[in-house]
Amino acid sequence: MNESLKLLIERFPQAGVFEKNPRRLYIKIPRAELTAVAKFLHNERGMRLSICTGIDTREGFEILYHFSEDKTGIIYTIKVLVPKDDPQVDSLGPWFPAAQWIEREMHELLGVNFTGHPNLMPLLTSDTDWEPERKPLRRDYEQRSDIHERGN
Amino acid sequence: MKDLRIWGLKKSPWVYHLAAASCNNCDIEILELLTPRYDVERFGAVLVGSPRHADALLVTGVINRKSLPRVLEVYQQTPKPCLVIAIGTCACNCHIFRNSYNAVGPYDKYIPVHAYIPGCPPKPEAMILGVVKALSKL
Amino acid sequence: MSEEIKNQRIVPIGPYHPLQEEPEFFKLIVEGEKVVDLEIHLGYNHRGHEFISPELTYEQIPFLVERICGICSNSHPLACVLAIEDCVGIKLPARANYIRSIIHELERIHSHLLWVGLAGHFIGYNTVWMWAWRYREHILEVFEMITGNRNHYAANKPGGVRWDVKPEQVPMIEAALDLVEKKTMMLTKAVLDDPVIRARLEGVGILTREQAIAWSVVGPTARASGVDIDVRRDDPHCAYDQVPWNVIVLPEGDVFAKAKVRLLEIFESIKIIRGCLKDLSDGPIEISIDEVPPGEGIGRTEAPRGEVFHYIRSDGTNRPLRHKIRAPSYMNIASNVVAVRGGSIADAALTLAAVDPCYCCTERMAAFEDGKLKFSGKELLRLSWERTERLRERFKR
Repeated sequence: MNESLKLLIERFPQAGVFEKNPRRLYIKIPRAELTAVAKFLHNERGMRLSICTGIDTREGFEILYHFSEDKTGIIYTIKVLVPKDDPQVDSLGPWFPAAQWIEREMHELLGVNFTGHPNLMPLLTSDTDWEPERKPLRRDYEQRSDIHERGN
Repeated sequence: MKDLRIWGLKKSPWVYHLAAASCNNCDIEILELLTPRYDVERFGAVLVGSPRHADALLVTGVINRKSLPRVLEVYQQTPKPCLVIAIGTCACNCHIFRNSYNAVGPYDKYIPVHAYIPGCPPKPEAMILGVVKALSKL
Repeated sequence: MSEEIKNQRIVPIGPYHPLQEEPEFFKLIVEGEKVVDLEIHLGYNHRGHEFISPELTYEQIPFLVERICGICSNSHPLACVLAIEDCVGIKLPARANYIRSIIHELERIHSHLLWVGLAGHFIGYNTVWMWAWRYREHILEVFEMITGNRNHYAANKPGGVRWDVKPEQVPMIEAALDLVEKKTMMLTKAVLDDPVIRARLEGVGILTREQAIAWSVVGPTARASGVDIDVRRDDPHCAYDQVPWNVIVLPEGDVFAKAKVRLLEIFESIKIIRGCLKDLSDGPIEISIDEVPPGEGIGRTEAPRGEVFHYIRSDGTNRPLRHKIRAPSYMNIASNVVAVRGGSIADAALTLAAVDPCYCCTERMAAFEDGKLKFSGKELLRLSWERTERLRERFKR
């Protein structure tokens, strides 16, 4: 078994590991352990954050953190489930600059709050022609019929 | 005076390139017109750095919400008469982004467009032909 | 902040970078001649690919993601189909893998030459621009011969490639490679030996190794800061583990190192293509995928700018539930905040262009002091050219 995976399971026994293939690992962890796991993977095991993905599923918002172990080519995808009635999770931004932009994007497009983020302002959407309550990546996002008539 | 300006425009069009939410492929093909293979400078066409000096606007991209005010402002700054040439399928009709929440184009919804050069991206030869056709209609 | 933007006049910058014109995209905060901070404003290019993707079928998605960026228009479809194939769990026939590598490396060559040309234009060496783009045309001709289009060639599909490299096309590919190799050698020597270019680029916009790791930068931006990562070697795919080639890593972290990494990578790409052409075996160029089972897949590849990352979540239908796309510039541009600090304004334009930004745009920059516009983007370019002129004078003596 891969060294990092062995240490991860020892350190975080609540982690549920699914090995899709030798180079793609998907690891479910409780929301509260996110910062500890992320610090372990980046600071101790030297993994690089590729990106994060936010998905609106029936069970809640799934936030995936894709860490790449470049020495071995294995991607560790950490999955955190966030309930829809309490959509918040600890931000990695204060100690990990690489996560700051993607957390801003997930906040503005999916509507998850990242507590402790140094600057949770919108990254991509317009400052003049957009309502911040509209979250396009949610399944219940309604495309307004007048969307192509707007323009001023 | 207007005829003199049209004559100047036809003989040596100074073009300003404006891209709003494009993938930059059309923009690179436009820049390639300046390189030795196509070399539009021999026709007198010059790419200028400010819309205030432009006779023609080469516009690309499917406009998005954030770029739209800037597009309108650039059009206002360009002295008239000015030729607006939409380059690329995105500029002509939004292309594959028509269902996006952020795309508000195409250009002819907001400013008058005189020529459409479809293609993804249009070949440099097609762009030269399109610009020449647009100029000959003046 | 929005009041400031309304009060400033918009002075658009010329096409020194082939991206769109937007005001105040990069806001350099300056004190005197030094840049103390950088504000990056995105969103002028945001078209909502991740929103459109779940509406399309797996066969249609490569055509959508190709148009994320026009310069690295093969990298996104390649990573996307690798993600779909990772979800399905199939192996491709060898010929398809080799053709994928050939097309991908051809794209890397033309993208790096494009950047070299633009960097030359930035510092006032327009001849470098014209040369680099002129020899780039030969690569685009090869693309047109194989796929029918110079850019946006839709070479990849889930399960294989759409265009075959026919035996009668191989001599032309090899002739183009020989020519590009010779001219790039000439360009490399001219660039690396020129004392003015060295003085202009060395020590500018340094990104240290620690910063590169903290900001998770990728591609030549990382490799020029001593971070030894390359997806082609670390996470082998296509035919990259079948042919010999090297990863170029340099420790200095400045713009000169980034330029050197890109120039040397062109030669490595030529090596890979020659190796692939030599070992190209007969066989099918695709296998059919009947269905994509529920699950997830990750595909990544090394675009000219770095790691491009695609994630697909499938629910068993013929459309994805979620498609996450991350272009390399997303990580690299964010790191500019630390790379420009402490440098002069003239060097800032160069530093911001040195990460070879794609997906987002860098063309529009302005420098502010005490909240007031000090230099617009056009003036920043003029400052850059003037600095080169002063260095030229100094080296002449």
